Amino acid sequence: MSTLASTAPEDVRQEERLYTAKPWTLIWWRFRKHKLAVASLVLLILSYSGALFADFVSPYRPFDIEKLQTFVPPQSVHLFSANGFEGPFVYGLKRSRDPDTARVIYATDETRIIPVRFFVEGPEYDFLGLIPTKLHLFGLDDPKQKLNLLGTDALGRDLFTRLMYGARVTLSAGLVGVSFSFLLGLGLGAISGYYGGMLDTSIQRLMEFIRSIPTIPLWMGLAAAVPIAWDPLYVYVLITVILSLIGWTYLARVVRGRFLALRNEDYVMAARLSGASEFRIITKHMLPAMTSYIIAALTLAVPEMILGETALSFLGLGLRPPVVSWGVLLQDAQNLRSIALAPWLLLPGVAVVIIVLAFNFLGDGLRDAADPYGR
Amino acid sequence: MVGFIIRRIAWAIPTLAFVSFIAFFIIQLPPGDYVTAYAAQLKHSGEYLSPDQEELLRQQFGLDQPIFIQYLDWIGNILLHGDFGRSLEWNANVSDLIWDRLGLTLAISTLSMIFTWAIAIPIGVYSATRQYSFFDYVFTIFGFVGKGIPEFMLALVLMWLGFVYFNFDVGGLFSAEYATAPWSYDRVIDMLKHLWVPVVVLATGGAAGLIRVMRANMLDEMGKPYVETAYAQGLSERQVIWHYPVRVALNPFISTVGWALPALFSGDIIAAVVLNLPTTGPLLLKALQMQDMYLAGSFILILSVFTVVGTLLSDILLAWSDPRIRYG
Repeated sequence: MSTLASTAPEDVRQEERLYTAKPWTLIWWRFRKHKLAVASLVLLILSYSGALFADFVSPYRPFDIEKLQTFVPPQSVHLFSANGFEGPFVYGLKRSRDPDTARVIYATDETRIIPVRFFVEGPEYDFLGLIPTKLHLFGLDDPKQKLNLLGTDALGRDLFTRLMYGARVTLSAGLVGVSFSFLLGLGLGAISGYYGGMLDTSIQRLMEFIRSIPTIPLWMGLAAAVPIAWDPLYVYVLITVILSLIGWTYLARVVRGRFLALRNEDYVMAARLSGASEFRIITKHMLPAMTSYIIAALTLAVPEMILGETALSFLGLGLRPPVVSWGVLLQDAQNLRSIALAPWLLLPGVAVVIIVLAFNFLGDGLRDAADPYGR
Repeated sequence: MVGFIIRRIAWAIPTLAFVSFIAFFIIQLPPGDYVTAYAAQLKHSGEYLSPDQEELLRQQFGLDQPIFIQYLDWIGNILLHGDFGRSLEWNANVSDLIWDRLGLTLAISTLSMIFTWAIAIPIGVYSATRQYSFFDYVFTIFGFVGKGIPEFMLALVLMWLGFVYFNFDVGGLFSAEYATAPWSYDRVIDMLKHLWVPVVVLATGGAAGLIRVMRANMLDEMGKPYVETAYAQGLSERQVIWHYPVRVALNPFISTVGWALPALFSGDIIAAVVLNLPTTGPLLLKALQMQDMYLAGSFILILSVFTVVGTLLSDILLAWSDPRIRYG
């Protein structure tokens, strides 16, 4: 009995907090319960900041060619050597040739211990395109030695560095593509759901038409028409537009569904009766009520864009070298010979899978949390 | 029912027209036209077309006409004569090139779909009836990972594993000795030996999604009173599950057959390029790279038509299985 008496005020306070909390606080509380979604959010924030500061995070530059470091397998960072704790270090590499096949092979030389240092000087770059600097997050002291966390490709370029630079293009393509389809989907979905009638029917038909075309062939057809000689930036924008041409239908459906549900709410009626203009009703009264749904839908649409960019670039129809994106990196892993020789070239694909999964989990978590007043 | 089918077919016609227009639009997209490309091709082999000759050719092919007339010409030839135009790259009629490959694509897609269902339905039912069991978690993880892996990645990994650990080349659809042989019993057996790789690659993504859908539907249905009634009447567990909630939970499956088709065609294209299958994918890719636009456009048109017909069939199937839709 005594325990009950002591916990009761606590419960009441909890309940009061629940009643007075703002909608976004409630959404955050619900979202927090979805552990996988929170972990995904952290991972995505890390990946995006890694992409933003790619030049600082990566020890080299994406186009630095090392003739004597081709197809180096991923190096592992050790903490303990035969003499005990050493701090992070890598073993030196010995390059030799297979006497039968003349293939280059690398052997770790356990007698040479090369410490990995943080905040070391490396190749020069412009930090965020503004400040010239040589400082890198980590690297080796001796410029003759290389640290290849994920190995190197056929030209001896560091895969980790290229992965970080590629993340800039691939990850941002997802966001840019989604914002294009967001504009289309929100506009048409809002019109369709708010006005209904003939306009609704014709927009619905248009969406059905678009959905009835197989995605990849259509993307391929459109992407193939992008002139090869164009500036990579234009190609990038055009490819994202092409990707969003199909993605918007999904968003429009979500927006339309919410509009249909909200149109008959009392507060919308009240706004209409007090003479608010339609534009004001849509933007001030209805859109805020569905923001959380839209954010969830947007999050779920990003992975599709990323997969689309990767697939197109992988096929050679999207972005092309010298642009570095994950799809472009995967072009190196297109045939069996190179995969058998250097399986680590598949790692950008692993990165794609991880990012796509993270967006899916995050989207699921957001969708569950989107309606804080539901069950 | 008949009225529904007629209404539905009537809707399919504008869709087909729209789809054909998109395909034609794609043919028109690259700069220049058929004659420019043809002249460039001739120049490559040392011949020369004067501007007058080019003009004459344009008139002959009707390329000086307004775009709408050209479209009517193109679609008219397809509908009336089955003539899809000519492939510059192969120097052959498009229709001679595509049907073999389309047949294989259709075969692989159909097999993958059957395979997808064969995996997804039992696993979905199992996961729902034994919610939060060990295997339910295993299948949930499979579902999420399967959805996240792009087809080409799966194909690459399978190829690599097959090569490194089993010393077995999983690429292609036929062994070398059967590649160009005419169809025979042995060739079919040989094809079946190679077929499982693309089928597994294509089915994984779809199955992963469908398991989630099936599980969620089953969980929704199992709590309903009619299921309880069935139990109360003393039916066995198996009878209750498979005769009542499963039948209702299958509805969304049937209605998404139409969407599954474009997804399969899309997946097939990339997986086929990686696995080097003699299906539509590699030829379409090549056609697009060489700007062999009539070939590419025809592929896009035919794949889209398959999709529209697939959606139509799934709608009819759904109406047949669920009377509420017919009168909706």
